[in-house]
Amino acid sequence: MLKHLKHWLKSFSLWELLKGMSVTLRYFFAPKVTIQYPEQKTPKSPRFRGLHALRRYENGEERCIACKLCEAVCPALAITIDSEEREDGTRRTTRYDIDLFKCVYCGLCEEACPVDSIVLTRIDDFFMDKRGDQVITKQELLTLGDKYETQIASDRAEDAKYR
Amino acid sequence: MPHIRNYTMNFGPQHPAAHGVLRLVLELDGETVMRADPHVGLLHRATEKLAETKPFNQNIGYMDRLDYVSMMCNEHAYVRAIEQLLNMDVPIRAQYIRVMFDEITRILNHLLWLGAHAIDVGAMSVLLYTFREREDLLDCYEAASGARMHANYYRPGGVYRDLPDNMPQYSAAQWPKKELARRNANRQGSLLDFIWDFTERFPKCVDDYETLLTDNRIWKQRTVGIGVVTLERALQLGFTGPMLRGSGLAWDLRKKQPYAVYDRMDFGIPIGKEGDCYDRYLVRVEEMRQSNAIIRQCVTWLRNNPGPVIADDYKVVPPKREVMKKDMEALIHHFKLFTEGYCVPMGEAYAAVEHPKGEFGIYLVSDGANKPYRMKIRAAGFAHLAAMDEMSRGHMLADVVTLIGTQDIVFGEIDR
Ligand code: SF4
Ligand code: SF4
Repeated sequence: MLKHLKHWLKSFSLWELLKGMSVTLRYFFAPKVTIQYPEQKTPKSPRFRGLHALRRYENGEERCIACKLCEAVCPALAITIDSEEREDGTRRTTRYDIDLFKCVYCGLCEEACPVDSIVLTRIDDFFMDKRGDQVITKQELLTLGDKYETQIASDRAEDAKYR
Repeated sequence: MPHIRNYTMNFGPQHPAAHGVLRLVLELDGETVMRADPHVGLLHRATEKLAETKPFNQNIGYMDRLDYVSMMCNEHAYVRAIEQLLNMDVPIRAQYIRVMFDEITRILNHLLWLGAHAIDVGAMSVLLYTFREREDLLDCYEAASGARMHANYYRPGGVYRDLPDNMPQYSAAQWPKKELARRNANRQGSLLDFIWDFTERFPKCVDDYETLLTDNRIWKQRTVGIGVVTLERALQLGFTGPMLRGSGLAWDLRKKQPYAVYDRMDFGIPIGKEGDCYDRYLVRVEEMRQSNAIIRQCVTWLRNNPGPVIADDYKVVPPKREVMKKDMEALIHHFKLFTEGYCVPMGEAYAAVEHPKGEFGIYLVSDGANKPYRMKIRAAGFAHLAAMDEMSRGHMLADVVTLIGTQDIVFGEIDR
């Protein structure tokens, strides 16, 4: 009998709906979890796999030795490399293209590179405004590398012991 | 006399409630569904064929993209199949990491499912809350693997890298001091501390979702008695996972055929009684709580037992970078593994895991080469979707949306 009365009271007072709304009300006054992108950004791990870059040694010499490991390992066939012997007898790439639309950001190229030349940086908000711009060339990749070298180097240093 | 015919309608493939690219051809009598005919294949990417053209390790990234809401579970099935063929041992720490991330993935999947299911049925706010928790778990994914969704983290023989000792923090330049301290409070320690903190908070969050839904009369009207599948039919239709457990059978591969370290875990399997949408909802919500408990057990173990996370076998696992740069032999192995890969002995293997949606299996045939000769994916969702017609017959048009929700369909794995 009491059970029936309770049930009856609960249904007519919209008890469970009010309880649900109390959750909403509680979160109305709780501290916000949202952020104001792009002024504010969520934390990013040093392992983050974003836009690619090619690195140089401290003396300005490019690291890549055109071993083509990254080209071979890329599951999406996004990397294209041509290479030639330079005047000083070292092997260098003459062409290093990455098609960002094909790339699946798996990070295997970075894993494969024996001289830490190709890396995936923290940059995740990039865009292209023309068809064809999604293929980034060696020059663009090197520029990216130069621009973000401090960040790239500190991320690699932090993660070095795990790899 | 006018001739009255049933009305045929296309549901999808671009309907927002169709969870991706489902095209359902519905035959309606008024608003009652007489027949439902799912058309699949709109997201077909030929993953199985693609896998035949790539060395084993390069396919791991494509496994993430099968069921794109439970990434690491797919990888787990794939690497287990390779490990079976290679007859390889996995370090115990790696197995714990895998179990932990499998359960994190299960929560991720169920959170997305819960939010989407609720929004399909008409409850808006649940999605906002579930995505808040998903954000934390995706941060764990990112901290461990470097990607928020398509992790590419498991490898035959273990996992790629050990868990990091630092959690990334909010940058001081972008926040006022007090808020910065609040936001970074749970990020002071390692990834494991962060996950531990999450598991402390999470049961309360689940309570919140339950307050919003479990007793709610609208939610009950929309789910109780909808899409009833008897246990007998569920077995005949090849249901697995929560769909089968919702009908009342405690079938769970984690218990029945324990893999990794599930046999050391203490957890329960929730089962339903009626086999309707409401029971399946309750089963999945309880599964989230159980997963939470498993994660806690893993974190406790992982904190006390450091060790290698990947097998020490240069024939399959690339050497550490430091060694590779100093040692000629290691460098040769590195070059060989990243170009040709490794060869897997001739044979076949089937490895299944208890995926958030059911049994997810990978059947691999190897002819002794460095690529799979044939790979077949057993997707749980496929069998569930096939029962769409039976489940929706006689229900109203609006219930079709509930049914799609309750089946937890993801087209990445069904169309593959
Ligand atoms: S991240 Fe992966 S897909 Fe992208 S270029 Fe590197 S190897 Fe290729
Ligand atoms: S980027 Fe690295 S892996 Fe690729 S060709 Fe250059 S040195 Fe070799």
